[in-house]
Amino acid sequence: MYLKLVLATPWEVFLILLPILGGLFSFLLPKFNKAIGISTLILTLFFVVFIALKLRTQGAFYHLVGGWDAPLGINLYIDGLSLVMLGLTALIGVGASVYAGKYFTQTQSLWFWPIWLFLIAGINALFLSQDIFNFYVTLELIGLASAALTALSNTKEALTGAMRYLLVTLLGSLAYLLGVALLYHGFGSVDIAILSNTIESTPAAWAAMGLMSAGLLLKSALFPLHFWLPPAHASAPAPISAVLSALIIKASIYIQLRLWISLFFPLHNFYFEIFFAVLGSIAVLWGSVQALVQTRLKLLIAYSTVAQVGYLFLAFSLALGGVSVAWSALIYLMLSHALAKSALFLVAGNLLHFHGHDRIIDLDRIAQRLPLSTAAFALAGVSIIGLPLSGGFIGKWFLLEASLADNNWGITAVVLLGGLLAAGYIFKVLGFTFTKTTRTQKAQNIPLSMELVPLCLAIMAILTGFFATPLLSLIHIGNPFGNIGAAP
Amino acid sequence: MSFNTYIPLFVVLSSFLPALIIFRLSEKQHTLRTLLNLSGIFITLVLVIWMFVGVYYGEHYEIRFALIQNLDISLRAGPFALFFTGLSSVLWFITTIYAIGYLEGSAHSSRFFGFFNLCITATIGIALSGNLITFLLFYEILTLSAYPLIIHRGTEESRLAGSRYLLYTLIGGALLLLGTVWLYTLTGTLEFTPKGFVQTILQEHSSALVIIFILLIAGFGVKAALFPLHGWLPQAMVAPAPVSALLHAVAVVKAGAFGIVRVVYEVYGLETAAFLGLTTPLAVIASITIIYGSLRALFQDNLKRRLAFSTISQVSYIILGIAIVGPIATTGGIIHLVHQGVMKITLFFGAGNFAETLGVYQVSQMNGIAKRMPWTMVSFTIGALGMIGIPPIAGFITKWYLGLGALESGQGWVIAVLAASSLLNAGYFLPILYRAWFLAPPKSWPDEHNFSKGETKLSLLWPPLITAFFALSFGLFAASPWSPLAWVHLITQREFF
Repeated sequence: MYLKLVLATPWEVFLILLPILGGLFSFLLPKFNKAIGISTLILTLFFVVFIALKLRTQGAFYHLVGGWDAPLGINLYIDGLSLVMLGLTALIGVGASVYAGKYFTQTQSLWFWPIWLFLIAGINALFLSQDIFNFYVTLELIGLASAALTALSNTKEALTGAMRYLLVTLLGSLAYLLGVALLYHGFGSVDIAILSNTIESTPAAWAAMGLMSAGLLLKSALFPLHFWLPPAHASAPAPISAVLSALIIKASIYIQLRLWISLFFPLHNFYFEIFFAVLGSIAVLWGSVQALVQTRLKLLIAYSTVAQVGYLFLAFSLALGGVSVAWSALIYLMLSHALAKSALFLVAGNLLHFHGHDRIIDLDRIAQRLPLSTAAFALAGVSIIGLPLSGGFIGKWFLLEASLADNNWGITAVVLLGGLLAAGYIFKVLGFTFTKTTRTQKAQNIPLSMELVPLCLAIMAILTGFFATPLLSLIHIGNPFGNIGAAP
Repeated sequence: MSFNTYIPLFVVLSSFLPALIIFRLSEKQHTLRTLLNLSGIFITLVLVIWMFVGVYYGEHYEIRFALIQNLDISLRAGPFALFFTGLSSVLWFITTIYAIGYLEGSAHSSRFFGFFNLCITATIGIALSGNLITFLLFYEILTLSAYPLIIHRGTEESRLAGSRYLLYTLIGGALLLLGTVWLYTLTGTLEFTPKGFVQTILQEHSSALVIIFILLIAGFGVKAALFPLHGWLPQAMVAPAPVSALLHAVAVVKAGAFGIVRVVYEVYGLETAAFLGLTTPLAVIASITIIYGSLRALFQDNLKRRLAFSTISQVSYIILGIAIVGPIATTGGIIHLVHQGVMKITLFFGAGNFAETLGVYQVSQMNGIAKRMPWTMVSFTIGALGMIGIPPIAGFITKWYLGLGALESGQGWVIAVLAASSLLNAGYFLPILYRAWFLAPPKSWPDEHNFSKGETKLSLLWPPLITAFFALSFGLFAASPWSPLAWVHLITQREFF
């Protein structure tokens, strides 16, 4: 009886509606903006749980908003892949909101909460979309909201970073939109399911693929298109950096997955695998080396994102080549990176707040003075490096399995080397948390909740390593990777 | 699932849960911390004894959880697993008492004892691992939890030692991971099996198997301080003395040696390894390490550094023993896990006592130290003579079995290695003993602390006396049915041959 009610409710619509309403109310009632924001995200987390229940009982499903079918209406589609991304958004969203509740000043939070909730609505809508035009709309929404949030700390550095980020994200969306227009013109639909049945290898299709991929690659900061990422991610306020690295980048990668699995696969050939493998490898190595030489913590963490994006594309390349276990690697790396990276950025925020700077060599016995933050950093670091037993380890294990199954020694070597470099930059930081600096510096109190949030996220990044089997079976509901390689 | 199934898990948890609580204790909660430390080890010891009796009568203890499809985390207590579990838990007990005496009252005790317990959790996990993936997991956890102990003092020197340690061990871990995944893609299993499980692919993948063997041995060899992978060990001696004891006798170095034994006997199987031509090179590397470590030890004035190079040399006896094909040599190698452990821990306890009580760190400062600290020096002497291989101390038993085993399998050159190494051992230990017992003490010690009763704190004095007693009695009563040697015979019969 109750279950039926749970299953019948269109929770998925509320995932978009609720944050929009929340955003409006937090704008209209600035006194309660914090309460509204946090409770909205907690609610969405509950809704995701209900959707998971629904998915487990009835499998992947469509929701026709207002009862209109494609091509006229808006179709929401949910399978295991979108569910996991929605869950990730809700989890990190709750964490970042709780953290932000203590982090921002009064004036900053006036702007923060409405934009933040719109951003969440946009991300949720993106993961629920099933047509390429909705992808565009949501991408644009996300891009604008996150550029605005990046600028929130209002320093010169942040404004420059935000401006560059805005231009890049607009350029990316524009290229993507051109591709959408070409496809719509050529094949008469924007619905992925319809398009995938009608698409043919015409020049228009190729041009569309090129434009859309270029735009999305720019947004996902794959080497050499990563130039905008470190300044933007490092200068944004900590909770924003966390979300930028954890979710926003993943959103554009998610679209690429969807497109390649259903739409572009007929166009696929061997050269794409090489292309992604080469760029991914360079991204891993270059990003890690850059992270290693940074002297400021936030920049180090931002460059680590560049490297981690590389891993995702390595897995993607193997998956395109038909190694099915590579999908598990890709999803697992995405999940664990999102959790771990948001934890790292929030810790960096704490350290920045504590001493007023984030110079690594002057961390000054953080290990004993902020043990919870240090623990969070260490645990998240374990997952980033891919040490057992963490989500990152499982991802790396699958990735190595895939590369060995493919006899791809190049990727194998890059994965191992990347892990070692990651260990290099993570432990470089941890080593200095034990030592004493000669510089005198004052210390500010950190509220407990700002220490607990990253710790919880880091623990979740570790725990995903323990629940690989149930999580993967959830992700494979509705066979999201159907066209390329069967699910393992 | 009965109670027996869960025992291996409980053994692992009995140090893990105290660790979690200890992390959250404040510095002042001295009594509670000590209580947690001791109750954890007490429960472990009871459970381990329980399993010893059970295994002796043929009982089976195993628990497994699915990690990913077709790959389980498995904890299993066979005779060999228990052997190492028993060694680590007994030595851990003694080291805990020693560490409480050594470190309580100094800063950051909760952090220290938290990670100390985590190290033990990892070591017990390593011991009870039923397959290579479980081994790998705990092996890496051990790497990580030992790091904060090595840099515990928070000086620039200790930070660099920690970085060096990580550089070596993480590269080793990466090689190990590669070997493990590769083996998994080829065989589809990683379960430790008596006589190995790789035979099925011996025909088609023999060259891959050789490379995987090298990867795995290199991965474990870093921790076992095989030449030329030993560079981190001497530097890591900047850590406090109980940590050195832990690194050299209980956990880290031993885990590496234990891993090599597992690979040779239960992944490849001795016959397959010999068939692939892998055992002789391993024996040669072990021999080089033995001689090299001893030679370097000769020239160290810093006592802990000399002991560290001695560890490099001594641990390779274990590897030498298993690389000489045959049951007698195997017995010699395996038994040395315990013998080296009790002797080396005695020596490090002694070194720690000299440093803590008198501020003596260098061999050249040790003139007449036996007059000031006779009991510590007695135990140190037993450890040192045992290392040289003088009967009836435990080290003699090892060398006896290794020598016999080498003759049995027609590898007489090993005798020369053993003889040379014994001479070198004598060369770096006897001068210490001579100075300590026969030379006149200086007018004053560098940094003397007077503890009211006895030569030093009781909690620092008892541990080396107990371990020295072990070292002596394991040799003296080697033939009794309760000796470690008797259990090794059980292992070789049931699991290896």
